Amino acid sequence: MKSNKKLNVALVGNPNTGKTSLFNQLTGMTQKVGNYPGITVDKKQGSCKLLDGTTTTITDLPGTYSINPTSLDESIVLETLLDEESENYPDVVIVVAEVENIKRNLLLFTQVKDLKIPAILVINMTDQMSRKGIFIDVEKLREVFQTEIVLVSARKKKGIDDLKLAIQNYENYAVNPLFKISEKIDQPYFDEIKTSLRGFSLYKSWLLITQKQHVSFISEASKHIIDKFKVDQNKLKKYQHKETIYRYQYINDILKRTYTIDRTKAKDLRSRLDKVLTHKIFGYVIFTSILLLMFQSVFDWASIPMDFIDATFSDFSEWSKQVLPEGVLSNLISEGIIPGIGGIVIFIPQIAILFLFVAVLEETGYMSRVVFLMDKVMRRFGMSGKSVIPLISGTACAIPAIMATRNIGGWKDRLITILVTPFTTCSARLPVYAIIIALIIPEDRVLGIFSLQGLVLMSLYILGFGSALVSAYLLNKLLKVESKSFFIVEMPNYKLPSIKNIFFDVVEKTKAFVLGAGKIILAISIVLWFLASNGTNDFKNAEQIVTQKSQGKNITTEELESEIASFKLENSYIGVMGKMIEPAIEPLGYDWKIGIALISSFAAREVFVGTLSTIYSVGSEDEGTIKQRMAAEIDPITKEKRFNFPAGMSLLVFYAFAMQCMGTLAIVKRETKSWKWPMLQLVGMGALAYVAAFITFAILK
Amino acid sequence: MIRTVADLQKGEKGTIEELSFDEIPLALMEMGCIPGKQVTLIQFAPMKDPLYISVNGSHFAIRRETAERIILDKLLCDEI
Repeated sequence: MKSNKKLNVALVGNPNTGKTSLFNQLTGMTQKVGNYPGITVDKKQGSCKLLDGTTTTITDLPGTYSINPTSLDESIVLETLLDEESENYPDVVIVVAEVENIKRNLLLFTQVKDLKIPAILVINMTDQMSRKGIFIDVEKLREVFQTEIVLVSARKKKGIDDLKLAIQNYENYAVNPLFKISEKIDQPYFDEIKTSLRGFSLYKSWLLITQKQHVSFISEASKHIIDKFKVDQNKLKKYQHKETIYRYQYINDILKRTYTIDRTKAKDLRSRLDKVLTHKIFGYVIFTSILLLMFQSVFDWASIPMDFIDATFSDFSEWSKQVLPEGVLSNLISEGIIPGIGGIVIFIPQIAILFLFVAVLEETGYMSRVVFLMDKVMRRFGMSGKSVIPLISGTACAIPAIMATRNIGGWKDRLITILVTPFTTCSARLPVYAIIIALIIPEDRVLGIFSLQGLVLMSLYILGFGSALVSAYLLNKLLKVESKSFFIVEMPNYKLPSIKNIFFDVVEKTKAFVLGAGKIILAISIVLWFLASNGTNDFKNAEQIVTQKSQGKNITTEELESEIASFKLENSYIGVMGKMIEPAIEPLGYDWKIGIALISSFAAREVFVGTLSTIYSVGSEDEGTIKQRMAAEIDPITKEKRFNFPAGMSLLVFYAFAMQCMGTLAIVKRETKSWKWPMLQLVGMGALAYVAAFITFAILK
Repeated sequence: MIRTVADLQKGEKGTIEELSFDEIPLALMEMGCIPGKQVTLIQFAPMKDPLYISVNGSHFAIRRETAERIILDKLLCDEI
């Protein structure tokens, strides 16, 4: 390849064939995740150096069982393989098959091959062949498929060089279709398609006609012709079924001559594990234990790095204050940007640990069993077994959780899952819960072992899941959305997780969180800093006003400075906003200072703690922790503690329900392609939070 | 009486006669569920829904409502 254009290689294959392992072997650290224009599906690409020194771009397309998509992710495969004009159009496709499931994997291979793109068949996990008594006649397969067949074991790094060599020779492979749909099904009908839609190969035309929606790139004129063929839907369906049956017949005939498996050799790890893991009692016991272990580790393991990050950033902020020359810009850096970045980085440990668990559960094949066990239960609430994964991921962060709903086939199931996921207790609520619980719940033990504070925290988690389920139930009754959902979940073989795959998966998702949610949190921190350090005329003349007022009174300079600072806060823009909403939040037990924290929390919940620490540190000079300062805060009218039990409980309830996360709202808008749903979340959850907090305060007061 | 995949006992096998849907989900066929193929019921979830089956070399779970529409061949299922 002497041309400047890099060779484009696309990886396609069924889920659970080790396609991602192969991608990781080929691309290693060069991989990065981008976006397809206009849609939100992640595009994974990396570069790979071939044996002759040329560099290729490898794209890992979403796993799919067929070229006919059943979900958003899968439609990318079709679009990529059909759009010849696109810069993503592959020069060669690698179809990854797994040695044990080769029959079903070949269905996709024959479909891709018929698109007249050079296609290499990779048979993965060949290290298991002798153990499972499998024999493949590669020579004969090569002959029938008229292309290169490569045996690899991606995990054991075997056959990778053979594959690279096969990619180099991509121009030598035949591109004629393997399977002639027209002859078998209805010759005149397909002849008509051929003459009507010129410029496309027959199979491509057939795919264009049979898709529910038009692919994005075809011309209006072609759409018009395609629509004419779409009129008789029954015929299309019937022919698609015939096509599938004939393809399987064709594949069976080939496999009879080229593939043998000694069934007696198969060691039955799958059935032995399934007996326990999908058992109607043990299955649930094991799932619950794994969940408990997961949450336990999220708290225990993450607390050490989190404390470290917290300390580092506050030191760094202090240090920058001393080093940088005084001025607005330095203030912005040390009080706006550094704490802002710290506020994002602090969540990385928890989120990474949670993603680690989810990745391991998915890699081993266990997650499919959970989907199987939970489907019936989740259906009662208008969701699907597949909703379990987003709901679990939601305990880390709702943003990646909502993105994980893409493989839920039915639109209504998916929409409900998206709408209720923000109720699950995400890690941003944790610091808020932690500080309030520490303030209002005594450090007692119940029955000698359970810490009372821990129990309260656990009830908040249960409250989160509970309200997700209840609102899903209601939404299911109320929403009038037509959608057909069809549930089919593959139960893959159990596998040991590959460390490399998990590493890349965790890094990729954590990076997506930091860059996605992080940008918003950082931006809001800067806005907040601006609103707190600018204000009305009284703000600007604060020193004069306070000094005049305190004339004649006997106070020290220190007290005077503190008076000025709190006067400034009261008259800053954010203080004015807090005062403005004070009448509305008074019935919940909050004052204007908490009001400020509430407003800033609408950017992201965790800002609450930071804001309060800013507010209270401004007013006082003593070096106590934020917790001590909050505990010392007194209501000027009742002379009671501000953070007493009723007000604290009311705040906990408010944070459990309210939709206070711009990042989530933005992602919901992107995924539902409408402002209607994020607005419903914002208003609905906000109203619920207000009412629930009001009732809590009224009862406990 | 018509026997369907939903009537199978755990571990029992049957051969698919036809798929009786108003609209047969293509994905079901593409997973290997086509007439003439043998189905094995591997496991039920509680309340016998969903069902975990194996057919044509694929292992997957479907809901009861789907299983009820996969009709089995009565004669053949005894022989296999």
